[in-house]
Amino acid sequence: MNQTAFLNLVLPFKDKMYRLAKRLLVSNEEAEDATQEILLKLWTNKTKISSYKNVEAFAMTMTKNYCFDRLKSKQAQNLRIVHSNYKDESAQLQKKIEHQDSLDWIDKLMQKLPSQQRMVMQLRDIEQYEFSDIAKVLEMKETAVRVTLSRARKTIREQLIKKHNYGLK
Amino acid sequence: MDLNNIEKILEKYLEAETSIAEEKELRSYFSSSSVAPHLEQYKYLFQYFTNAKNETSSKSVPLKPRKNNYKWLTIAASLVLAIGFYTFNEVKSKNQEKEALQAYFQTKEALQLLSSNFNTGTEKMLYLKEFDNTKNQIFKTNH
Repeated sequence: MNQTAFLNLVLPFKDKMYRLAKRLLVSNEEAEDATQEILLKLWTNKTKISSYKNVEAFAMTMTKNYCFDRLKSKQAQNLRIVHSNYKDESAQLQKKIEHQDSLDWIDKLMQKLPSQQRMVMQLRDIEQYEFSDIAKVLEMKETAVRVTLSRARKTIREQLIKKHNYGLK
Repeated sequence: MDLNNIEKILEKYLEAETSIAEEKELRSYFSSSSVAPHLEQYKYLFQYFTNAKNETSSKSVPLKPRKNNYKWLTIAASLVLAIGFYTFNEVKSKNQEKEALQAYFQTKEALQLLSSNFNTGTEKMLYLKEFDNTKNQIFKTNH
């Protein structure tokens, strides 16, 4: 397998890996490093790629495991404190800021979820994976995936309603 | 779309029993401008999901450089090894030449010493010749 063939195989889900990594690691840089690291691992083991049934699911599982390793390591515990994904929002209208605020709020809500729920929600609601694929990636049973997802969605909804009705009740 | 229907799908959505297609329906409903006021809080949630999917990693994957480095490293290493061997052998042969030359000079010196000692021996022999001369003179006068 040459480089272009590998890139063609990998590029469709590279960003999915990045987003999953970011969901778990929070920081942009950490997530990018994780994606790069996993792609390099895949590239060095490229002779084995043809034996994988589903390369995307395999890569996603690798991402999940890698991120958990990072979170466990001491180095990551230091790094996590400094994440700050700055954005220039100076020239935005009041309404736009409010809108962005609500989206940021949801982001924070998702950060508060347990990592398992976060991953399921990421894969289903954002990447729109089928349940069977999520089960493969996360090495869980399909029913467990559904239960986890339902819990996550309900938690988010409750928080949203709380926020929506804040000051009204 | 029928509000009743949306509420039903939403109920299923929370139980995680919706299919991908139904979730897409929800998405398109909440991205429209006519969202029912009591469902407004969901609007941001689905908007967030759509936004989150557009996030991309900006870092490229450096596959080639690392591989290339190894290649160059092996070439450099073999080159260094070859040069090392060559110079080592060169120095060794030069040393041998020097040693041979030194041995040659030493033997030459020793032989010279020997020959000069010989010569001192032959100097004494000159007296023998003198003796011969005088003997001849004596024999000549006798004739």
